Amino acid sequence: MDLFVKNGRLIDPARKLDVVGDVLIRDGKIRSVGKAVDRPGDIPQVHATGLIVAPGFFDIHVHLREPGTEEAETIATGGAAAVAGGFAAVAAMPNTNPPNDDPSITSFIISEARRSSPALVFPVGAITKGQKGETLAEIGEMVEAGVVAVSDDGKPVMNGQLFRRALEYAQLFGIPVIQHCEDAHLSKGGVMHEGAWSTRLGLKGIPSAAEDAMVSRDLILTEMTGGRYHIAHLSSRGAVEMVRQAKAQGLKVTAEATPHHFTLTDAAVAEFDTNAKMNPPLRAQEDVDAVVAAIADGTIDAIASDHAPHHINQKMLEFDRAPFGVIGLETAVGLALTRLKLSVQRLVEVFSVNPQKIMKVSPWGIFEGSDAHLTILDLSRKWKFDVHQSRSKSRNSPFHGWEFTGKAVATVVHGKLVYDEL
Amino acid sequence: MKRKDLLGIAELQREEILEILETAKSLQEISSRPIKKLPTLRGKTLINLFFEPSTRTRTSFEIAGKWLSADVINIAASSSSAVKGETLIDTARTLDAMAADCVVIRHFASGAPHTIARLTKARVINGGDGAHEHPTQALLDALTILQHKGALGGLKCAIVGDIAHSRVARSNLHLLTKFGSEVRICAAPTLMPVALEESLCENRNLLRRTHSMDEALEDADVVMMLRVQFERMDESFFPSVREYFRYYGLTRERLKRAKPNVIVMHPGPINRGVEIATDVADGPYSVILDQVSAGVAVRMAILYLLLGG
Repeated sequence: MDLFVKNGRLIDPARKLDVVGDVLIRDGKIRSVGKAVDRPGDIPQVHATGLIVAPGFFDIHVHLREPGTEEAETIATGGAAAVAGGFAAVAAMPNTNPPNDDPSITSFIISEARRSSPALVFPVGAITKGQKGETLAEIGEMVEAGVVAVSDDGKPVMNGQLFRRALEYAQLFGIPVIQHCEDAHLSKGGVMHEGAWSTRLGLKGIPSAAEDAMVSRDLILTEMTGGRYHIAHLSSRGAVEMVRQAKAQGLKVTAEATPHHFTLTDAAVAEFDTNAKMNPPLRAQEDVDAVVAAIADGTIDAIASDHAPHHINQKMLEFDRAPFGVIGLETAVGLALTRLKLSVQRLVEVFSVNPQKIMKVSPWGIFEGSDAHLTILDLSRKWKFDVHQSRSKSRNSPFHGWEFTGKAVATVVHGKLVYDEL
Repeated sequence: MKRKDLLGIAELQREEILEILETAKSLQEISSRPIKKLPTLRGKTLINLFFEPSTRTRTSFEIAGKWLSADVINIAASSSSAVKGETLIDTARTLDAMAADCVVIRHFASGAPHTIARLTKARVINGGDGAHEHPTQALLDALTILQHKGALGGLKCAIVGDIAHSRVARSNLHLLTKFGSEVRICAAPTLMPVALEESLCENRNLLRRTHSMDEALEDADVVMMLRVQFERMDESFFPSVREYFRYYGLTRERLKRAKPNVIVMHPGPINRGVEIATDVADGPYSVILDQVSAGVAVRMAILYLLLGG
């Protein structure tokens, strides 16, 4: 596909690029970058004056629910929600039904995404067969089929020896091992953060210690094995501090945080709203503050939505019985722009540059020869999120009716303008 | 009452609580009449929707409703369409479609009555939700205390037992601190919820936490014992019933530390020999049966205030 992006502020921190200029895309690849690039008369043009043009954003933590739970989301609808939120690419977590623990499932996801998703979809494979935490899945074959990481997301690998083996074995393929950090005994039966609110509401708590204990164990194993360890949805102050120290020691650890964890506290549960139920749970203000600081100082590398669609029938249950998770693809960038005081460079790092470094993907950016995946931002666009207009099949967002300043207004994948709200 | 529903003590103002208690007092004499019937709620429908077993609360609401001439229907979850897979919300909407005026909900999940209240036109009374609140219990406890002690403030109240799983403890803690009584919360460390002070809306300085029963009982005006909720325990909170009773069972000997005119309360059902010795439960300080009588009056008052206006 061909496209001419005219007169935008081109920002690619990985190439130390920050200039106002044009991008010429031919056949899905960037042909030239710079000031006053000649536009061949016959190709479509995007006017980006006053807008930020960045390497396509990559959400490394998304649940697309296909195969198995298509009533909540499909690869097509999840992909549509992704590009509407400014994400050119997503990493699809393996807890589908059946789980992505086998190259045939990986291949299905990739071919279905090519057929139906406007966003790039990079599957994440399971660490263990059936995500049961018992034996390693065929990681090598899945990598050959196209997975970019492994994770038993949704379930922590409780067996320390098995997790050690995963960290060791994954090095053969240069992929990270992603952990959903939770000591399942400490969190058993819990439905929200353990603290004053869980006490007041009489809901069973998940203590921060459940996250901290698992991060602590895993960091010891990371040091022992030299493996590449990535922490999904980091949420507690204690775990943030451990990651900061581990990075200072030079361990190969990376971490992501979600928009809901840098925005909301456990007080959001006060009215028993099941859209405030997620795992890890919304925590206390001190945890939110720690996550916000860690995103700014580099302890947390990436922002990922943990987009977790659930059909309304599932969320319309008692708080105890409702499933964990919220949708987030369309609100992630708006929340980051509105709630965090990040430089534009840092914003592009956490949404594009670092996600590409964490996952095993061929990097894209704003340079000649790159695959043409772009996200175009309007930093001053004021907008309101209406969940009923969401491209996702599900409606479980705690941010319905929220107002934002700043939005991803266009998304380009392989040179095609897959989302356009310019 | 200005509010649509009665869901918890936490959000009630002192004046609202006093209004309920004053109304309950004036309705109390009905139980001694030969014909226990007022026409106040004639033509109103009260549904008792119980997702958890209950004798006291359900019967008490049923009697309260009938004495006020409401039509009372009891639904137990085991006999309802819940067993056919109907969700709580659909059940609520169905009841609404039948034009129920008031629904009393007892549910094992904290917050279930709140969900129903948001979706129904019927007034909703929380008959106990999970480990969250049991407001009518706290109100009947308050009426009992008021009648024995003449006040709700300035008292020393010990609440002893399985605090972690207790909605009664939470509702009473909110109520008694609102009125300025000191509340000693006493539990084994494993049964003490985190951040209890911060969970209170006001008068946090009136809360004392202790693991020592002797400390909790010292000079107490009121002792509330809580049932050990074995049905909510899926893990090890204490080694054995025998050891529990040794440290947290209320015996006549222990009770000597309290004021001579102490009253002993229990929301029931009691586990004799687990949290309370039989001679204390049946002894002179026990007001357990007064609580039951107060329950009918308080529930009549609530129904009257919610539906009769």
